[in-house]
Amino acid sequence: MVWRPTLQSESRLDVRKTYKLYVGGAFPRSESGRSYVVHDSRGRFLANAAAASRKDARDAVQAARKAFGGWSGATAYNRGQVLYRVAEVMEGRHDQFVEEVAASEGITRPRAQRSVSAAIDRLVWYAGWADKLAQVVGATNPVAGPYFDFSVPEPTGVVAVLAPQKSSLLGLVSVVAPVVVSGNTAVVASSRDRPLPAITLCEVLATSDVPGGVVNMLTGSLADTAPTLASHMDVNAIDLTGAAGDDEHATALEVAAVDNLKRVLRAPASEPDWTQSPGLDRMRRFLEMKTVWHPIGV
Amino acid sequence: MSFEYAPAPESRAVVDLKSSYGLFVDGEFVDGNGHAFKSVSPATEEVLAEISEATEDDVDKAVAAARRAYTRTWSTMPGAERAKYLYRIARIIQERSRELAVLESLDNGKPIRESRDVDIPLVAAYFFYYAGWADKLEYAMPGSAPRGSVPLPLGVAGQVIPWNFPLLMLSWKIAPALAAGNTVVLKPAETTSLTALLFAEICQQADLPPGVVNIVTGAGETGRALVGHPDVDKVAFTGSTEVGKAIGRTVAGTRKSVTLELGGKAANIVFDDAPIDQAVEGIVNGIFFNQGHVCCAGSRLLVQESVYDDVLARLKRRMASLRVGDPLDKNTDVGAINSSEQLSRIRDLSQVGEAEGAERWSPPCELPDRGFWFAPTIFTGVTQAHRIAREEIFGPVLSILTFRTPAEAVEKANNTPYGLSAGVWTDKGSRILWMASQLRAGVVWANTFNRFDPTSPFGGYKESGYGREGGRHGLEAYLAK
Amino acid sequence: MATPVLTSTDALRDAVSTPAALRRFLHGLPGVDQVGCEARVATLSSRSIKTTSKQWALDLAISMIDLTTLEGQDTLGKVRALCAKGRRPDPADPTCPPVAAICVYPDMVVTAKEGLDGSGVQVASVATAFPSGRATLDIKLQDTRAAVADGADEIDMVIDRGAFLSGSYQQVFDEIVAVKQACGRPGGDSAHLKVIMETGELATYDNVRRASWLSMLAGADFIKTSTGKVQPAATMPVTLIMLEAVRDFREATGRMVGVKPAGGISTAKDAIKYLVMVNETAGDDWLDPHWFRFGASRLLNDLLMQRTKMTTGRYSGPDYFTLD
Repeated sequence: MVWRPTLQSESRLDVRKTYKLYVGGAFPRSESGRSYVVHDSRGRFLANAAAASRKDARDAVQAARKAFGGWSGATAYNRGQVLYRVAEVMEGRHDQFVEEVAASEGITRPRAQRSVSAAIDRLVWYAGWADKLAQVVGATNPVAGPYFDFSVPEPTGVVAVLAPQKSSLLGLVSVVAPVVVSGNTAVVASSRDRPLPAITLCEVLATSDVPGGVVNMLTGSLADTAPTLASHMDVNAIDLTGAAGDDEHATALEVAAVDNLKRVLRAPASEPDWTQSPGLDRMRRFLEMKTVWHPIGV
Repeated sequence: MSFEYAPAPESRAVVDLKSSYGLFVDGEFVDGNGHAFKSVSPATEEVLAEISEATEDDVDKAVAAARRAYTRTWSTMPGAERAKYLYRIARIIQERSRELAVLESLDNGKPIRESRDVDIPLVAAYFFYYAGWADKLEYAMPGSAPRGSVPLPLGVAGQVIPWNFPLLMLSWKIAPALAAGNTVVLKPAETTSLTALLFAEICQQADLPPGVVNIVTGAGETGRALVGHPDVDKVAFTGSTEVGKAIGRTVAGTRKSVTLELGGKAANIVFDDAPIDQAVEGIVNGIFFNQGHVCCAGSRLLVQESVYDDVLARLKRRMASLRVGDPLDKNTDVGAINSSEQLSRIRDLSQVGEAEGAERWSPPCELPDRGFWFAPTIFTGVTQAHRIAREEIFGPVLSILTFRTPAEAVEKANNTPYGLSAGVWTDKGSRILWMASQLRAGVVWANTFNRFDPTSPFGGYKESGYGREGGRHGLEAYLAK
Repeated sequence: MATPVLTSTDALRDAVSTPAALRRFLHGLPGVDQVGCEARVATLSSRSIKTTSKQWALDLAISMIDLTTLEGQDTLGKVRALCAKGRRPDPADPTCPPVAAICVYPDMVVTAKEGLDGSGVQVASVATAFPSGRATLDIKLQDTRAAVADGADEIDMVIDRGAFLSGSYQQVFDEIVAVKQACGRPGGDSAHLKVIMETGELATYDNVRRASWLSMLAGADFIKTSTGKVQPAATMPVTLIMLEAVRDFREATGRMVGVKPAGGISTAKDAIKYLVMVNETAGDDWLDPHWFRFGASRLLNDLLMQRTKMTTGRYSGPDYFTLD
C-alpha cells in the first residue's frame, strides 16, 4: 500500500452560505421550493435566494401575530435594550455587511462602509426611542370635568413592510426599526435584487435577543408576496415604500389594504435619501393613540 | 296623586325656519342644481324645509371657492388672525346656543336636554380649543418639522359627516381644519343639514372670508363627488365602515390624506366589584344616550357572571324610568330614531336577534303614533356568535353577554373587527389599568362612558378607522407631514 | 368580592353575627363612584314637573317637614311659637297642610307636646348627646328614655362617628340597638328611631352607604343625613345614596326604612328636586311623610311663598309669612 501526504490546497474553497427566509425565528426554505439567482451589480452570480410564496407570506403573518403579544407587552426599556443589542451584534459583523452591501449595491467599499455604519447608528438612534416615544407623542389631556384623561401610543399590530429596493441595509433598517421599536411585529419583503444584507441582518436578529416572529423576512418578488400581505385581514398596517416607482402596483396594493382598513404608508415617488435624519414620522405611522378616561373622586 | 313630569317643551319660537335652503358656497347661499329634498322632523314626520342638492358641478364650484380662499387669504393669513375668527365663531355659537339646540333636536330627533347640555356646549368648546392652536402650530407636531418652522396645512379639505351629532361632528371637522390653515367643503348628512346651514350663517356673522367654509348638501352622490374631486387634498369622513372603505378605495393611489372615524361595537365590561349604581347608569348612558346612534356606544354589555342577576335586575328597573318621547320636552331621556331607514335597520336586526334565540325585553313604554320610534331594548342570552353581538345596530338595543375572568372579558371584548371604544367598571385600580392596556380600542372609559372633550383624542383601532379627532393629535390630521 | 345587593335575609342575619362578619358585609357593599353619582344627581335635577304636580309636591313637601329648632338659645316661648307655625303654617290659608313634626332638644319635649296637642303633628326629639354624641352610653340612653318618657314620638339619635371612622362598626351597631330599646314605651310600642349619620363627617360616599346599611341592620326606622351643625349637611348625592340603600334594603328584607335629609335645604325648588330624586330612585312608595322627611327651618317659608304664588299668580314676599 502506498501512502502520500495530505494535499494542501493553495487557495481554500469558500463554504458558501445558503440564504433562506426568516420566519418565526427559524430559517426555512420557501415552502414552494423555489429560489432565484441573485447577482451583483455587474451581473455576476452571488447566491441563490429563496423565492417566498403566498404561503410563506401567510406563515410569516401568523408568526408575527404570535409574537405580537409578547413584544408589545415587553417593557419599552427591554425593547430598547434588545434593539441596541442588535446594533452591537451588527457592529461585530461590520465587514460582512460591507462586503454584501458593496456587492449588492455596486458601490465602493468606503461608501459601503459609511452606509453600514449609518445603518448601525440608525438602529442605535431608534433603540433609544423605545422608552421616550410615549413621552413625546402621548399626552395627558386637561378635560373640562372631574376626569383624569391620558393618551398613550400603542403599536398598531402586525405591520407588512415592503423594504426599499435599492438601499439594501441602511434603507432596510430605516423602515424596520421604526416599526418594531414601538412594539409592532413586522413581516418584511426585502429588496428583490439585493436581499443578501437582509438575510444577514436576520442572522443578527436571531442571535441578539429579538424574540422569534418579531421580524420576519421574505425574499423574492413583491409580485408574489405583496398582494397577499396587502389583502391579509390579520395585517394591521402596510408600508409600501418598496413599491416606489410602480404606481399601478402601489395603487392596487392600497386598494387591497382597504379590506380591513390597514393603515397605509404610501409609496414615495422615488426612493428617499436614507442618509437624511428620519424624524418621528415613520414611528408615528404605526402607532394607535389610546385615550383612557377615569373619574377623579374620593 | 303621583308625580307627573310636565310636558316641558322648549319653545320652537327661537328657531326661524325657512321653507327652503340652498348651499353655502364662497360666502353666499346659492341654489343647488340637483333635485331638492325634504328634511323632516323624525319625531313627527313634519316637513321642516326643502334642501338643495349639490351636483358634481356645484361641488366643483365649492372646491374652487375653497381653493381660492386657501391660496389668496386663509393659508397666508397670520395664525393669530385665523385664531380670532375661530374665537368669534365660538362666541357666536354660545350666543345662539339655544337656537342651535332647538334646531338640532327638531331636525335630528335627539332630546333637547342632550343638545342643550352636551352637543352645543361641546361645539363651542371645540372651536375655542382649536382657535388657540392656530398661532401655535410650531408646537403641534413634535419631531416632525425642523426647529423654528411651522408645519404647513394640506390645502382644501373635503369633509363628510353623519347625522347622529350633526353640529358636533361639524365642529370636530371644521375647527381643526381651519386652525391649521386649510379651507373646507363640508357635506352634512342629508337628513340633518339644518344646523350646518345655520352654522354657515354664523360664518357670515363672523365675517369669515368667503370660501373658507363651504357647505354642500345632498346624499351619497354629493359625498362621492366631494371625496373624488381631484382638487381636494384632504378627506375626512365620519360614518359607516362600509362607506369608509369605499372612500379608502376612491382615494387609493392619490396624494389625498385621509382620516376615517367609522363604526364600533364597544364592549362595556362590568366586574363584580363595580360601583354598581354608577355602572347601571353607565350602561344606560352607554347605549341609550342619543338613542344609541353613537359610533362608540356601549352596545355589548359584558357582565361578570357572579353579578349578572343583580346587574340585570337593576338595569331593567332603571330602564323602566327612561322617558321616551318628544325630543323638545326637557324631561325626555330618549328621543326619536333619526329616519325611517334607520328604524327599519334597527327593527330588522332586532328580529334577527330574536330569530337567533336571544331573549328580548323592553320596559312598558308608550310610543307616539307618528314619527320614528323604537323602545329601549335589551337582549339577554346573547353569545359572540349572534349577529346582534357583532354588527353595529346604531340604535337603542343592547346585547348582554357574560364572562367569568378578566382574561375572558378581554378576549370577548377584542373579538370584533371594530376597535373604537370600550368601558370598564371596577373599583380595583390595578385592574382598570390592566384592562385599559389590553383592550384594542381607541378610547377606554373606566367607571364612566360616552365622555367627550376637545382636548381628548378620539378615534379607532382596526376597522373603526384611522386618525384621531380632538387634542393636539386631531390637528396632525390637517397638517402636512 | 362585592356582595350582590339583592341579597338574602340569610346573608343579612349572617352579616350581624360577629364583628368580623359585620365588617366584611359593610366592606363588601358595592363602592360608590363620586363623579358618576354626582352626574346622576345633576340629570335628576334637570327634570321639570307639571304645574298640577307641583302644587301637590309643594303641599307634600310641607307635610314632610320636621320643623326644627335646635339652638342653645331655645326657650319655651320659641318652641310654642314653632308649634303654632307647624300646626298652621299659613294662617291665611286653611287648606295648607301641617308639617310632619316639630324637632327639638329633649328638655323641650313637654312644651312641644303641649303645643301640638290634638294636631297630629309629631314631636321629634334629638337625643344621645346631640350633636356630637360624645357621652357615655348610659347617658345617651338616659337622654333617650327621658325624651320618650316626656312624650316624644320620634327620637333623632346620632351615631358615634369616631367609632365608625375607626372601624368599630360593632360598637356603632350595638349602640343603635341599645337606643332602639330605650325608645320602647311601657305599652310595648316604641318611639320611631331616626339615625343621624352626620354624613358631613363620614367624608366619603362609600362610608355613607356603609353607615346606611349599618343603621338599617341595627333597626333604624329612618336614616338621616345630618345634625345641621356640621357642614356640609344634607346634599343631593348623599341623599341619593341613602335612597338607593333603603330601596335595596327593602328588596332584601321587605322592610321599608325612611330617609331624612336635614340641614341646608332652604328653597322650594331644591325640595322638589329631592322629591323627583325620591320618585326616580326609591319609588313613589317613599313619597309620603311616613317615609321621607325634610329636616329644615327656613324651607317652610319658601314653600309657603311658592304655594301662594301658585294660587294667586303673583310672587309673594317674606313679609307676608311669619318668622317663627
